[in-house]
Amino acid sequence: MELKDKLISSFLAFENHVDVDSKIHDIRSEAIKTFEQEGFPTKKVEAWKYTSLNALLKTDFSVFPKQENALEFSEVKKYFLHDIDTYKIVFIDGKYSSYLSQTTHDGMDICLMSAALNKPKYRVIVENYFNKIAEKDSLSSLNTAFAKEGAYIHIPRNKMVEKPIQIIHFSTGNESALMLQPRNLIIVDENSHVQIIERHQSLTDNPVLTNSVTEIFTAKRGIVDYYKIQNDNENASLIDNTFINQKQESIASVHTFSFGGKLTRNNLNFYQNGERIDSTLKGITIIGNKQHVDHSTLVHHKQPNCESHQDYKGIFAESATGVFNGKVVVDKIAQKINAYQANNNILVDDKATINTKPQLEIFADDVKCSHGCTVGQLDDDALFYLKTRGIHEKEAKALLMYAFANNVLASVKIPELKQRINKLIANKLGVNIGFNL
Amino acid sequence: MLKIKDLHASVDDKSILKGINLEVNAGEVHAIMGPNGSGKSTLATVIAGKEDYEIERGEIEFEGEDLHELAPEERAHKGIFLSFQYPVEIPGVSVTNFMKTAINETRKAKGLEEMPANEMLKLIREKSELLEIDRKFLSRSLNEGFSGGEKKRNEIFQMAMLEPKLAILDETDSGLDIDALRIVANGVNKLKSKDNAVIVITHYQRLLDYIVPDFVHVLYNGKIVKSGTKELAHELEEKGYDWIKEEVLQ
Repeated sequence: MELKDKLISSFLAFENHVDVDSKIHDIRSEAIKTFEQEGFPTKKVEAWKYTSLNALLKTDFSVFPKQENALEFSEVKKYFLHDIDTYKIVFIDGKYSSYLSQTTHDGMDICLMSAALNKPKYRVIVENYFNKIAEKDSLSSLNTAFAKEGAYIHIPRNKMVEKPIQIIHFSTGNESALMLQPRNLIIVDENSHVQIIERHQSLTDNPVLTNSVTEIFTAKRGIVDYYKIQNDNENASLIDNTFINQKQESIASVHTFSFGGKLTRNNLNFYQNGERIDSTLKGITIIGNKQHVDHSTLVHHKQPNCESHQDYKGIFAESATGVFNGKVVVDKIAQKINAYQANNNILVDDKATINTKPQLEIFADDVKCSHGCTVGQLDDDALFYLKTRGIHEKEAKALLMYAFANNVLASVKIPELKQRINKLIANKLGVNIGFNL
Repeated sequence: MLKIKDLHASVDDKSILKGINLEVNAGEVHAIMGPNGSGKSTLATVIAGKEDYEIERGEIEFEGEDLHELAPEERAHKGIFLSFQYPVEIPGVSVTNFMKTAINETRKAKGLEEMPANEMLKLIREKSELLEIDRKFLSRSLNEGFSGGEKKRNEIFQMAMLEPKLAILDETDSGLDIDALRIVANGVNKLKSKDNAVIVITHYQRLLDYIVPDFVHVLYNGKIVKSGTKELAHELEEKGYDWIKEEVLQ
């Protein structure tokens, strides 16, 4: 059976396990219809021109894992940011692991989507926010249809969350191929600040396909720093759909570090619903083999006097392919905005490919919008300089690539995370240069 | 130490060096002067091993070993150092970390252990004092946002750290004010010994007041057309290069 048909028929089974009389379920039922009509996107769709799901969809993914697996912390410690204290929301094959998690209800909710969906005390807030900013495209709809588990974070007003929150999804290979659809809802009220790190990690070579949706609501003067670590193994694919709604004077940033995985698609959407908003979208992609990473970003400027900053760096080796599609929409009333977009790429090998496309739709007449993309190779003169200092070719190239990507790292606000990313980069570049980059 | 015989080199089929002969021995300071485009910087980068240049003819030997087949980093490991006219900026890598990498890569090539951290710190302190470099400077990203003078001083700091046998200073004096020039020259002089040698490439005689050469060579149109002692540099300063060009024509 094709994956699409399998998913549609699974929906009937899924309904046996959820409250079908809730308003949320009406949304699910609507969503499965959308998916049924549209199916998986093909390369004929403009937004998917350079990313094909065809090969991936031939895999016979299980939609519900039959058995549950447990993990010892020592087995997976390395995937955590473990040198500082953090909240943790951990899932194993889509199921919540209370053993590996550290959640809280003390003055804020850092807990589970299943709890938010099922407990009456969350009903009003869930109904106010759930699926309110997620696009109604086929993949987000597919996730909505099966929305049941994920992270639920609600930070009430005037709260500075002292510890970062880690959301980690492990897959253990308990099925020969597994599809996961986590659903996260994050609400940050007025004047509050939260830092979140998200990671998807497959622990075996069995194929995994994750289709994730995250909705983030940032109220007036709220601050959200979101970090995505995408360093999965080469049989794991990820379609990440993230939607961020910002109110006036809020500051939101998403850093995406893509170093691994078979196919990774990041649909990252920012909606500015207020004045004096600041949005930051940054990413470093370093991939090789036949890996594929696609960043499709949208910043929708709906109000005046706002800023957005996009800075994506890509390093592509061997037969790796990259896509950057950065869309900026400026509504007619959104005067005096400043939208900046940069996408710089290095192709290390002849067979590597990058497709980069800025897409600006500007309807206001008093705005600053700048964009630039570059594709190049490493600078020979710079390489020569490093070599004359006795540095071997491989290490010299690594230093230059590191320097190339550096300004994206500079804005990472958690020092231990920055250190970790540095190590991942050094690992990815295959060097040990005597100091932590 | 360095023996260059009838060296011809070209880039993109354009010949730039057209028969260079030069011998540099330990303990000596050589100055290479000449008008723009005469091939001075090319000679420096060819000795350091830049792959873009094709050696069409001739020999370069360093301590009896043919340099032809050696990569730039291998030449560095043997003790050849080039101070760049335009040093490269490396954002995110501090001067200190860069030096650690350079020194340990060289040690690795020689089969030595990495230099212990305390020894490294001591060396950095000692050499930065020699060049009157502030400690804060060492934690800045390599060459990023450095002034022209800071870049040059940093080049000589690297030279001090790496202790090469042969140092080639390519236009180290350009962009330096008189104080910086004095500090840089002072550093070079303190590093000079009977076991190492320096080649100073310069347009002007100014630097040679501070780093006094044993020999001065004039490079013109890819050849050394005149060699002499430091008095030759003074003569060039007074009379310019035209008389040399005329001499060559005759």
